[in-house]
Amino acid sequence: MNVELIGLTKRYGTAIAVDAIDLKVPSGAYCCLLGPSGCGKTTTLRMIGGHERASAGEVVIGPKAVGDAAPSERGTAMMFQSYALFPHLDARDNVAFSLKMRGVGKAERRAEAMAMLDLVQMGHLAGRLPAQLSGGQQQRVALARALLTGPKVLLLDEPLSALDPFLRVRMRVELKRIQTELGLTFIHVTHSQEEAMALSDLVVVMNAGRIEQASDPRTVFERPATAFVARFIGGHNVIRLPGGMIAVRADRMRLGAEAGHAAMPARVVAVEYQGTSVHVGLDADGLERPSEGSAALTAVLSDVDFAARPLRPGDTVTVGWDMAAAHRLDA
Amino acid sequence: MNDLALSRLAEAAASPAPSGRRRRRALAYLQAAPLAFVFLVFLVVPLVLTGIVSLWEYNEYAIVPALTLQNYADVFDGCLSADLCTTVRTYLSTLKFVALTLAITLPLGFAIAYFLAFHIRSNTVRMGLFLLCTIPFWTSNVIRMISWIPLLGRNGLVNDTLRGLGLIREPIEGLLYSDFAVVLAFVHLDTVFMIVPIFNSLARIDRRLIEAARDCGASGAQTLWNVVLPLAKPGIAIGAIFVVTLVMGDFVTVGVMGGQQIASVGKVIQVQMAYLQFPAAAANAMVLLAAVLLMILGLTRMIDLRRVL
Repeated sequence: MNVELIGLTKRYGTAIAVDAIDLKVPSGAYCCLLGPSGCGKTTTLRMIGGHERASAGEVVIGPKAVGDAAPSERGTAMMFQSYALFPHLDARDNVAFSLKMRGVGKAERRAEAMAMLDLVQMGHLAGRLPAQLSGGQQQRVALARALLTGPKVLLLDEPLSALDPFLRVRMRVELKRIQTELGLTFIHVTHSQEEAMALSDLVVVMNAGRIEQASDPRTVFERPATAFVARFIGGHNVIRLPGGMIAVRADRMRLGAEAGHAAMPARVVAVEYQGTSVHVGLDADGLERPSEGSAALTAVLSDVDFAARPLRPGDTVTVGWDMAAAHRLDA
Repeated sequence: MNDLALSRLAEAAASPAPSGRRRRRALAYLQAAPLAFVFLVFLVVPLVLTGIVSLWEYNEYAIVPALTLQNYADVFDGCLSADLCTTVRTYLSTLKFVALTLAITLPLGFAIAYFLAFHIRSNTVRMGLFLLCTIPFWTSNVIRMISWIPLLGRNGLVNDTLRGLGLIREPIEGLLYSDFAVVLAFVHLDTVFMIVPIFNSLARIDRRLIEAARDCGASGAQTLWNVVLPLAKPGIAIGAIFVVTLVMGDFVTVGVMGGQQIASVGKVIQVQMAYLQFPAAAANAMVLLAAVLLMILGLTRMIDLRRVL
């Protein structure tokens, strides 16, 4: 089912957590709400799921505005950040919980729960308590529990952040598989741009309670709307020119002879070898460093190019970029 | 470095050398020693002495060291006949108070603890309200007991008010010196022992579990029954242990509030002590101890106490 947010706002006293956002998520899409902590993405998710009252605005799920309806009446299910499994119930009873609440008989609900556990490949551990399961296993159980409520929209609050990097990548594939198989709308909150890129059909970049950009991942990466998006997505240099701000992808920077017409002299301040590529940090006069960065500009060179003309910190080199690669930013 | 060396290194890091482990264990025993000493001197030794004295003989003039079960036989004298013997009747009376007190303090304590844990956001307010719960303990037991008289007496505040409002014509007699008065005093004193452990259990419940239950379509009552109550069980059991022990061993409250007319196990022991029948009192005390321990054993079976503490 498609989800639409209209002027959705959340105020805590005078502080504004979510500032009148509008968003359309098409039915069956994998949507990622992406942003730094405190940007309002989790609050937005909780308002969609009915765990937080909207101060103003509407959440529309499918054909109707849901207002203050309870989570189960909206057709949403939420997967909580720390999974929130009931510690006194084993995996099977955790999954069967929503059926028990609906008054489904013991044998029937256990059979359904087992089928769902099999879908997430947890059938063999159905009798374990949450404390006896690893993080990844707990997550599968939480996913099964959320799916068994029969949601049209699944809400995931940082589902992968508690897992180790290896497991994170595996679960990412799994989530995408289940979403495609069941044809559900997924709304997934994350602060990892890598996760958002890998999973989503629609990336919604949020900052300070507002949506900076909502687009498919390729558009967000190729044409970031604002300086914030360009910096947060990474792989971009945000450069302030007299005519305004532009973003240039770090791998489209040109060094030395190829620097072209916009060339300026720069000092190499960092060289990082990354295997297939080498990241070169550069400082140039008139360009300020971003607050969190260690260099004003980053150029990503292929390992072959770098080997042909190696650079070391302290070297001076001219730097420029293809005019075609420069992308003008709104703010 | 090869894998074997790595795994050896990990092993070495995980388990310190035997001598270090032994030293740490010795230190742990040393840390537990003061409390163990206090328990030994002030609990175990007196209990053993009581057990020994309960086997002694006594007459009107003297207590004679001996090894006899006569005192225990006296406790259960007549219990094999058809009528209930004094001891059984006394125990039933005391157990009735235990049951009544539990039946009231449990829901009351749970409700207050729930309110404190889930509805009070500010820690300062919560501390203030906790202090409020301890007000009954700000004065001595005697003063507390005497204070009931002007409130509940025949011409006390309650009767006066009810008569003033025209609700009753004759004063209610049973307010003071009755089962009602005893239970009232027990509830007044013991509810806080229910509140604290239940609060402790409730405070540990992750708020997201409540949200998760709501997300699964549970109503408020269903969440309470299926999530909150099972997770509060350890606190309920510990609170119940407190209440059972306090009521079973009480002799002051039953005496004062019952107008010295109601029997209780503690009262029996106290009277025997007053008449210097120490061996008889000791035997009664040992029987009481066994009874209370059995009840606690039953309560602890409800929960895995090691996981709670």
